[in-house]
Amino acid sequence: MPPIDPILFAIFAGIAVLSAISLVVQRHPIASALSLVGVMGSLAVLYLLLGAEFIAAAQLIVYAGAIMVLFIFVIILLNAGSEHGRSRSKFVKWLGIPLFTLFVGLLSFIIQSRLPDTKPVIFGSFTAATGLEIGRVLFTQYLLPFEVTSLLILIAIIGAVVLARKEI
Amino acid sequence: MDNFYVISLIKTGIVAFVFLTLLAYLQWIERKVLAHIQLRPGPYRVGPHGLLQPLADVIKLLTKEGFIPSNVNTFFYLLAPFLAVTIALISISVIPFGPEINIAGVRTWMQLTDLKIGILFVLALSSVGVYGVALAGWASNSKYSLLGGLRSAAQMISYELPMALSLAAPLLVLNTLSLREMVDMQNGFVFGFIPRWSILQLPFPQIFSFIVFLICAFAETNRVPFDLPEAENELVAGFHTEYSSMSFAAFFMAEYANMVTVTSIATLLFLGGWHPIFPAEYGSWLIPVILFIAAGLISIFHGLNPSRPFDRITLPIFGVAFIIAGLAFTVPLLQPFLLPLFWFAAKTGFLLFIFIWIRGTLPRFRYDQLMAFAWKFMFPVALINLLVTALAVALTTD
Repeated sequence: MPPIDPILFAIFAGIAVLSAISLVVQRHPIASALSLVGVMGSLAVLYLLLGAEFIAAAQLIVYAGAIMVLFIFVIILLNAGSEHGRSRSKFVKWLGIPLFTLFVGLLSFIIQSRLPDTKPVIFGSFTAATGLEIGRVLFTQYLLPFEVTSLLILIAIIGAVVLARKEI
Repeated sequence: MDNFYVISLIKTGIVAFVFLTLLAYLQWIERKVLAHIQLRPGPYRVGPHGLLQPLADVIKLLTKEGFIPSNVNTFFYLLAPFLAVTIALISISVIPFGPEINIAGVRTWMQLTDLKIGILFVLALSSVGVYGVALAGWASNSKYSLLGGLRSAAQMISYELPMALSLAAPLLVLNTLSLREMVDMQNGFVFGFIPRWSILQLPFPQIFSFIVFLICAFAETNRVPFDLPEAENELVAGFHTEYSSMSFAAFFMAEYANMVTVTSIATLLFLGGWHPIFPAEYGSWLIPVILFIAAGLISIFHGLNPSRPFDRITLPIFGVAFIIAGLAFTVPLLQPFLLPLFWFAAKTGFLLFIFIWIRGTLPRFRYDQLMAFAWKFMFPVALINLLVTALAVALTTD
């Protein structure tokens, strides 16, 4: 029986890429937002394949479950209609995609040649990221960044409350 | 290895069959209980005591025309019920119904799969579940649906916060994220008779977080008194106003599946899962036997003194079936399999009954009250409970 991990990786990496393309191509904001949910979901599965279960769950809960729901909520509330493309020049229309592909290819080539030594990824090998380990690291090694982030979020919350009060 | 696939397939088949049947019959139970609360007999025409009513409903919904209104966004209109029901049905795969059992030498857990992050998986699915409802409301192109979908999204986001906080408190006590290990941690008895369930467990009994969780569960499943998304007198039927046939049924199935999931989670997290309420040495295994045989005797008694003509035939049959079920609990070979299942089903069933009971009792909240209740009462209570629990756990462990 062949190992199932590479097959799953191919499927979900494909879904992630397709959703990302659909996110850019779609005309309607709701469709774009849902494509982004697709990207988040398939990324969560990729984390899961690597063995980082906690991060996968956090990805789903925070990004797909909270942030994107708010996005969609706002889009529905504002009743945003589908966008119509303005007429672009022929140059952009015909050369845009090939040039972009070339650019991405160059970029990935440079990054790959610059990296010191690339090791092959082994599925399920990254087992250090249990909830216990992440909690321990967050509250010892990375305590300062963690607390600063929470302060930042607090400021954002207070800002939102202040802005909303003015309306009432 | 092949063995693993075969066993998994068989277990998935059994769970899917039982779960879907249960969902259909949960609706029958709900209608019956509501009817008896309101002094009506409830469904009575199809089959004895309306027992075939779910089947009739399914056939009715399947054969109805699936009507797509004009000016809807067809793709999202069709996607929404599919999303809702799929996400709602997946959660059952991580819920354990009992301990490891041994059938003819094959050892397997009464659970489809045990994730190390089981509880987070359920939380993630419940937070993704908003999409079905919100999209249905938006894609229907109707103001009632849109208002229902918006209300539902806002309500579910708001109540997810106290729910996650109230779940975090028992997790501190139990010190694991796997649902199976959680139940193991609640095994045993204090002083030999008080169960070590997390609502009773030291250092800080989780009774407050249990209550907060239950209230949030009502809001998350859009049930009375928090059923603002489908308030009939304001919004016709809320987010599923424009749906008919199977897509309408999909929303109903999703609601009942969510109910079963949250009650199972409450059972596993707070009520000790499949562990009995008092030790087996004092005869806790006799409770299902006594219950089932009593139910059987009552059925036979009413069958012998029938109030309606066909009760003379149907009730004795049910009575005999109940007595056989009761006697099955005394067979030593079946006990390790049946007893945990009984206790799990009894606790979950009791919580489901509370859901229906409250639907028959309480009026609906006003919308501003609903939001104020979540943010000004539930959230602080859950937060303080979490702080006290964390302090208690930190002081008692080294």
